Amino acid sequence: MKAYLGIDVGSVSTNIVILTENKEVIVSLYLRTSGRPLETIKRGLKEAYEQLNKEKKDIEIAGVGTTGSGRYLAGVIVGADVIKNEITAHAVAASLLVPGVQTILEIGGQDSKIIIIRNGIVTDFAMNTVCAAGTGSFLDQQAARLNIPIDEFGNLALQSKTKVRIAGRCTVFAESDMIHKQQMGHSLADIINGLCEALVRNYLNNVGKGKEILPPIVFQGGVAANAGIRAAFEQQIGHPIIIPKYFNVMGAVGAAQLAREKIQQGERTKFKGFEVADMNYRTSSFECTYCPNACEVVEVYEEDKVIGRWGNRCPRWDL
Amino acid sequence: MKKVSFPHMGHAGIAFKSLLEDLGNEVIMPPVPTKKTLDLGVKYAPEFACLPYKIVLGTYLELIEMGAEVLLAFDSYGPCRFGHYSHLQFLTLKNLGHDVEVICFGYPKREPIEFIRKLKKVSKHKSTIKCLYEFYKAFKKGWEKLKALDYMEKLSHKIRPRELKRGTTTKVYKQAQQWLDEAKTYSQIAEAKEAGIKAFNDISIDPEREVLKVGLTGEIYVLLEPASNLEIEETLGHMGVEVERSMFLTGWTQDNLGSGTQDHASAIEAAKPYLPYKIGGHGRETIGHVVNYAKRKFDGVIQIAPFTCTPEIVARTILNKVSKEHDIPVLTFFFDEQTAKAGITTRLEAFIDLLRRKRLEKNQVAAAI
Repeated sequence: MKAYLGIDVGSVSTNIVILTENKEVIVSLYLRTSGRPLETIKRGLKEAYEQLNKEKKDIEIAGVGTTGSGRYLAGVIVGADVIKNEITAHAVAASLLVPGVQTILEIGGQDSKIIIIRNGIVTDFAMNTVCAAGTGSFLDQQAARLNIPIDEFGNLALQSKTKVRIAGRCTVFAESDMIHKQQMGHSLADIINGLCEALVRNYLNNVGKGKEILPPIVFQGGVAANAGIRAAFEQQIGHPIIIPKYFNVMGAVGAAQLAREKIQQGERTKFKGFEVADMNYRTSSFECTYCPNACEVVEVYEEDKVIGRWGNRCPRWDL
Repeated sequence: MKKVSFPHMGHAGIAFKSLLEDLGNEVIMPPVPTKKTLDLGVKYAPEFACLPYKIVLGTYLELIEMGAEVLLAFDSYGPCRFGHYSHLQFLTLKNLGHDVEVICFGYPKREPIEFIRKLKKVSKHKSTIKCLYEFYKAFKKGWEKLKALDYMEKLSHKIRPRELKRGTTTKVYKQAQQWLDEAKTYSQIAEAKEAGIKAFNDISIDPEREVLKVGLTGEIYVLLEPASNLEIEETLGHMGVEVERSMFLTGWTQDNLGSGTQDHASAIEAAKPYLPYKIGGHGRETIGHVVNYAKRKFDGVIQIAPFTCTPEIVARTILNKVSKEHDIPVLTFFFDEQTAKAGITTRLEAFIDLLRRKRLEKNQVAAAI
C-alpha cells in the first residue's frame, strides 16, 4: 500500500509520521530535537523504518513532506516533495482529522498560533511575534525549576483549590511572580494553576486578539498534553476543546497529507529512501565577506557534496 | 565644493545625486544599508527610536567615514516623530565629535525664504535668481530620472512573479538602475529608460502562471527601502505574487510639494468611514489604500511599518474591521532590528497559501454558478 512520510522539525521536538492512503496514521514518533536536528532526523528515520517493518505490511513511501523551523534542512536530507510552513501544515492536519474544525489553537515549543478555518479553508491566522511567553519551552523550564516531570505538571494544576494570579505577559516577570507567590506560602498546585491561566490569558490577548473563536475548536501541539492549560482554555473560551489523538505530531501529519496531495497531482516522489539514515551528513557555516551584511551562510553536506545552502540575503550562494 | 551626501532610501538616491551634481556638488553615494549600518545606528540611537531612525543615523556615520562633509536631511514638518529625527541625529553626530555641516530642508511651500537660504549652501550660484533657476533645471531633470526609476520598479513588480529563471528580474532591475544613474542628459535618460524597458521585456516569462495580486502599504521608509523590509517585494515576487505598492517617491512628492495625486485623494476618501482625521504619518492613507485594494479585487494586503510606529499601530487596529467588512485578508509586519528572515518567510508563506486557497474556492464557486 502507498503511504506518505511527514517530518516536522521543531525547536523542541522532531516528529515523524507515516500516513497511509486511507488517511490512517501507522507510525507516529515524537522525539526531542535536543538542539541536534540532523542527528534527530536520522534517528527518527531509523526508528520509523523499524516500526514499519514490525507492522509487516507492504508499505511503499510514495511521497514526503517536511515542515517546522527545520523544514529546509529535513527537506534536503530526505528529498522532500513538499516543504511547507507549519501554519499551513497544522491547518491541513486538523481539517483531515477533525472535519468541520473552525478554530485551531496550537502551542508548540517556541511559537504559538491560532488558525481560523471557515468552510474548510484558512481565512485568518496569527502567530506570536516578539515574545515566547506562553509557549512550551517556558513550561518546560518551570517544570524543571520546580522539579516536577513535565507530564505531571498539568495534572497538578487541576488539584488547585484557590486562585492565585500570576502575571503572564512576560516569562521573566511570570517567573518572579511565581517565586514571590511560592515564598508567600501558596501551594504548588495553586501556583501552577495560576501559571496555566496566565498563559492562556496571554495567548488569547496576544495571539487570539480580534479573532472569532468558533467551535469546533481543536487544541494541538505539544502543550495540548497539559491538562491544566486545556482546562484553562475551556474555562476562558466557554466551549469544549477537542484534543486530536495525534495532537503532538499534527505538523507532521499535515506535511504527510500535503505530500499526498502533491503526489496525487501526478508527480513522482523525490524521496531518497530510509537509507539516508545511514549516510553522513554534516553542516558547516561561514560568514560571507562580499558586503557588510556579513550573511551567516550555512551549508549542508551529504558525504562530501553540498546539497543545501541558506542564510544568504542575495542570490550569490543559491544552489 | 564640499562633498555632499544624504540618507539611503531605495533608488531615490540616484535622482538626488543627479540633482545635487547639476547644482555643482561632489556627491558621495550613500551605501545600501547593511548589518553594519544597523549596528552603528543601534549603538548611538535612543533605544525607543524606530528602525528608519537607526538606519539613517548608521548611514550618516558610514558616510562620514567615507569622507562626506555636508549631510542633507528633510524634516518635512514633522508628519510624525520623523519631524525631529534629523535634528536629534545631527546632535548625536556633534556629540560624537564629528565636524560635519548639516543642512535640514523643510517644506519649501511653508518656509520659502529659509529654503532658498539652505539651497544656496549646496549650489555654486550665489545670486538668488540664478540659484533658483539652476535648481529648477536640476530638479526637472532629477524628476525625469525619478519617474523612470519608479517605472522600472513597477515593471519589476509585474515581471518578477512570472519570470522563468528565478533572479533574472532582480538582475535586470539593478542593471536598469545603473543605466539611469549613468545617464546625464535628457536624451540619455530617455535612452536608458528605453533600454531598461527592453531588458525587462526580454525576460522570459510564463504568461499562464497563476499570479496573486497583493497590495503593499504602510510607513514610507520601510516601504521604499528594501534593506529595511528584508526585501519583502523580492521575496513575494519569488513566491509568485505581483505586488502593487501604495507609495512611490514620485507620488509622495506630488502629494506633498505639488498639487496632489488622484490616488492619494481617493485613499483619504476611502478611509473616511473608518478614520476621518489625520493622525500623523500615513496611518489614514494606509487604511484608505486597503479599502481601495479590496474594491479593486486584490487577493490580499500586507501592511509594513517600523516597530513602535504610532500611526501604523492605530491603522493596524482599524484594519481588523476593514478586513472583515471588505472581505480582504490583511497581514501586518512590524520591522525592528531582526535580520533573520525565517519568521517573516513562514508567515508570508502561510499568508500566500491562504490567499491561494481562497482564490481557488472563489473560482470554484464562480464555476458552479
